[in-house]
Amino acid sequence: MERTAVLARLTWQPATLQAVHPETPTARTLTLAVPGWEGHQPGQHLDLRLTAAGGYTAQRAYSIGSAPAAETVKLTVEVTPGGEVSPFLAHMAHPGVRVEVRGPLGGWFVWSPNEAGPVQLIGGGSGVVPLMSMLRTHRAIGHRAPMRLLYSVRSPDALLFAGELTAGDQVGAADHVTVVYSRQAPSGDLRGPGRVDAADIATHVLAAEDSPKCFVCGPTPFVEAVNELLGRAGHDLHQIRAERFGTGRT
Amino acid sequence: MNVVSEGFSGRQQAPGVNLLPPGQYLTRDFPVLSAGPTPKVDRRVWEFSIVTETGQEHHWDFASLLELGPEQIDIDLHCVTGWSKLATRWGGVPVEALLRAVGSTTAQHVLARSYGGYTTNVPLADLLHGQAWLAYEYDGAPLTPEHGGPVRLLIPHLYLWKSAKWLRQLDLTGASQPGFWERLGYHSYGDPWKEQRYWRD
Amino acid sequence: MTETPDFLDGNAAAGDLSQLFGTDMTHVSGPCLGCGQRVVIAQAHTFLGGPGTVLRCPGCDTVLLRMVRSPERIWLETSGMGYLEFVNHP
Repeated sequence: MERTAVLARLTWQPATLQAVHPETPTARTLTLAVPGWEGHQPGQHLDLRLTAAGGYTAQRAYSIGSAPAAETVKLTVEVTPGGEVSPFLAHMAHPGVRVEVRGPLGGWFVWSPNEAGPVQLIGGGSGVVPLMSMLRTHRAIGHRAPMRLLYSVRSPDALLFAGELTAGDQVGAADHVTVVYSRQAPSGDLRGPGRVDAADIATHVLAAEDSPKCFVCGPTPFVEAVNELLGRAGHDLHQIRAERFGTGRT
Repeated sequence: MNVVSEGFSGRQQAPGVNLLPPGQYLTRDFPVLSAGPTPKVDRRVWEFSIVTETGQEHHWDFASLLELGPEQIDIDLHCVTGWSKLATRWGGVPVEALLRAVGSTTAQHVLARSYGGYTTNVPLADLLHGQAWLAYEYDGAPLTPEHGGPVRLLIPHLYLWKSAKWLRQLDLTGASQPGFWERLGYHSYGDPWKEQRYWRD
Repeated sequence: MTETPDFLDGNAAAGDLSQLFGTDMTHVSGPCLGCGQRVVIAQAHTFLGGPGTVLRCPGCDTVLLRMVRSPERIWLETSGMGYLEFVNHP
């Protein structure tokens, strides 16, 4: 890539909130218009900076949930109670609000459509956001390699992207989504509530013999636990890429 | 120049408070910031030493620390990252109560060492005359690991990075030895009222 | 209200590191001088929000890399890594 183009992306650039879309009572998807944005690789994130009148600033990293596109990106922000940035983005900010972004960032936690091999995505809570970028890209281009998503969420009303993540296979799709619930499951759910465990890995995750590339994302304890389970199920640790979101307040 | 994000005010409290050092903002939270994993040291196994410039060692455990006469400490905290928290209440022992056991010293500087490897330096004079404590209670309860328990250093007249959490040892030294952050850009002394955040401030 | 420290990974430091080096840093790797394990920056245990950014070895907690930013300066030390290995894009 041309050097000047790379440098331009690594400095702060202005962006405008274009649209908001509620996902759950505590989360919503923000569409940002970013002049000159050239797209991203699925899995990448950006840094977002807010500035109060008077100059006080706060910045946070947010994964990009949309498939790559020019001029716009979608982020999904979940409120963390007591946070300083997330309540503003998830509840208060209205279209027209101006922010700054830096990115796209991160060349390691990335799935490239050039790759032909099977892919296993495992997300906990808002960790599903960068995995959605991968899934949406996979679907948009009709990629034929198997891609599975195992998505662990607290309860049915915490489910992000509900409209797109219908359980089971879509006709003709090469991807498969399983949602499991950690605290409260819908009535009729045979698995019942509980954290991801070895049985979930055995039932829903591509076999280690298939050598899938695994992408694991979510709060740090979730990622640590899932990595441990994947290792015990025989997955090569070098095939696992993880991104840890903090358990703290944002 | 930053764009302004309309409607965002962040963690800062309303302006107009004139009890703050320059460049600080008031917060009601108590942010937990760390350079590494939180050590988990039980009070029953905690050990503390003062090592003099001649290599002499003096040791305390938690029980012997308590015997030195704890006191209530009401102080303001000023973190170099910008936040200040006023009127915090701690319980602890003045550092000079322990230094008395050491007797005379020619050392003029101290390097504080924490469980987990963190270090920070301070002039010995800044630990005397009611300016510094070994604190083991916060807000009426035992000091939790995330805030530096079982015992941390408190030096409220300097930026909070000098108040080493998970305190394990004080080395009395002839020359000033820069600690973890002082070796990478942070001011050797760190007076918040003179805004001494970085080198050359 | 007390807040919990963020234990993240090197992905979270991508912005500051990449801006400094002018290229993505998350894929960069090197040996930990504490235990010899080869660590990818993206997987280093990362501590943000304090006086500086600290990246530690996931195996032994040795400090691999630290960065401090002031309004006018950035300081970086990488003395916990034997070397930094970048992918060479011709």
